[in-house]
Amino acid sequence: MESVKSADTLERPVKLAIKDIVVGYLDKQSGHTMVAVDKVTLDIREGEFVTIVGLSGCGKSTFLNAIAGLVKHQHGEIRVNDRVVTGPGMDRAVVFQKASLLPWRKVGRNITYGLELSGMKQAAAREKASYYVNLIRLNGFEDHYPHQLSGGMQQRVNLARALACDPEVLLLDEPFAALDAITRELMQNELLQLCEKVGKTVLMVTHQIDEAVLLSDRVVIFSSRPAYVLADIRIPIPRPRKSHIKDSEEFRRLMNEIWRVIEGNANIGGGI
Amino acid sequence: MRKVTVFPKSSEAKKEKIITTLLGSGVILLFLISWELLFQSKLVNPLFISSPSRVVLALITIIRDGSLLQNLTISGQEFVLGYGMAILIGFPIGIMLGWFKLIRAAFGPFIAAMQATPRIALMPLFIIWFGLGITSKIVIVLLSAIFPLIVNLQVAMSTIDNDLMHVARAYGASRWQVFRSIALPTSLPFLITGLRLAASRGLLGVIMAEVFGGAAGLGYMIQYAGSTFQTDKVFAGVLVVAFTGITLDFALDRLGRHFDRWRGEVAVH
Repeated sequence: MESVKSADTLERPVKLAIKDIVVGYLDKQSGHTMVAVDKVTLDIREGEFVTIVGLSGCGKSTFLNAIAGLVKHQHGEIRVNDRVVTGPGMDRAVVFQKASLLPWRKVGRNITYGLELSGMKQAAAREKASYYVNLIRLNGFEDHYPHQLSGGMQQRVNLARALACDPEVLLLDEPFAALDAITRELMQNELLQLCEKVGKTVLMVTHQIDEAVLLSDRVVIFSSRPAYVLADIRIPIPRPRKSHIKDSEEFRRLMNEIWRVIEGNANIGGGI
Repeated sequence: MRKVTVFPKSSEAKKEKIITTLLGSGVILLFLISWELLFQSKLVNPLFISSPSRVVLALITIIRDGSLLQNLTISGQEFVLGYGMAILIGFPIGIMLGWFKLIRAAFGPFIAAMQATPRIALMPLFIIWFGLGITSKIVIVLLSAIFPLIVNLQVAMSTIDNDLMHVARAYGASRWQVFRSIALPTSLPFLITGLRLAASRGLLGVIMAEVFGGAAGLGYMIQYAGSTFQTDKVFAGVLVVAFTGITLDFALDRLGRHFDRWRGEVAVH
């Protein structure tokens, strides 16, 4: 398949529009409502891969959950294709940090889980999912139970489950954080190739700066709690990319730039 | 590509299994022989203790004259009806207690109190209400079997993996879909445990109810044989009850393993 992703995504229509959103949560100890995400505005264009980085606990996962519709936001608006988000929906699919596969379902039926929930018959769902099963190289594993797979393989099933729904926006919540270092690198490369092939609009959350730079068109840096946008940095490295770009001067410069913003914020806010 | 391989049982494991089987059956055999010898030696009044050979003879007699089948049918009817009703009523109650906090708060204490009450103590009441026929026994079985089911299903609901609930919600599952795709599969192993416990309690309930206030059935047969000093027949009846219990438990265990394949324990075929 040809790479459908051009280096410049600025011309494309906005897929995911986030305007001034505020997400609060009830702190059970104090009984007060705390602000986790403070007036974040972010536009993500079609086919763009945007990553949010920030210190752990800065509210970036809460932000992602709000976009997924799993957490209510108190203020602002989230739109996908100009439709306002009010709850979970098939136009967004989440890949969680933990694979969270249904242990009693074989791999094949885990992949079609989202489709089946949307009312699709099993056979039709399998048909629809088969493209991604092949792409993520899971064919031959459909009849295995999750416990028979390695952590990396389970995470691939998790990814396939999300892609099978063919969502408008793919939401990745620290998708490789639970994997060992080697598997994580391999999975990053795989995701890189996959995204360049299918051209999905992706919003990822991570605290791995190298992962963010390698995969993204833009890296958005969140402040420590409550989260607001500290910087929005374009990653002008041309695509298709290979993992060896990590050795390049430009890659290191971008990583440094991101790191300095995070470090500066941590020093001021004492947010560690 | 990686494939999962199941290794065949080694000869070492086979040998160990043979030894365990031999040891187990050896002790039973030893017990039966000592019993027979004790009877033959007449150290104890033979009328009181009977013997394995006489028990077998008694068993053959009650099979031949049809009294075993007749009593077994009645006890079986009582058990199946009571057990079936316990499942039909206990399953939804257990699920609802586990699923809805308010229902648990409302009915939890009441059910705990009911569970603590020894059911057989209510038998005189049930005889007054329902007579000496099978209805009073069905009620005893129902009340004996229902609580293990309720408790196990309630516990099952509390063990539901939160991450899976999260996934289901993220994919837009309705409450019913969450229940069907997450809660129900989670509850299956607990259901099987509940069914096993309920079966043994229900069986106990049938026999006790019949011994206590019956006019037919295995329990009545045992009770009648005992009061007329037919110890052989008492033992024969107990043997039948024990065998039924073991068979039932074995069948439910098999059923449980069938539903547990995904857990990846030792495969049973």
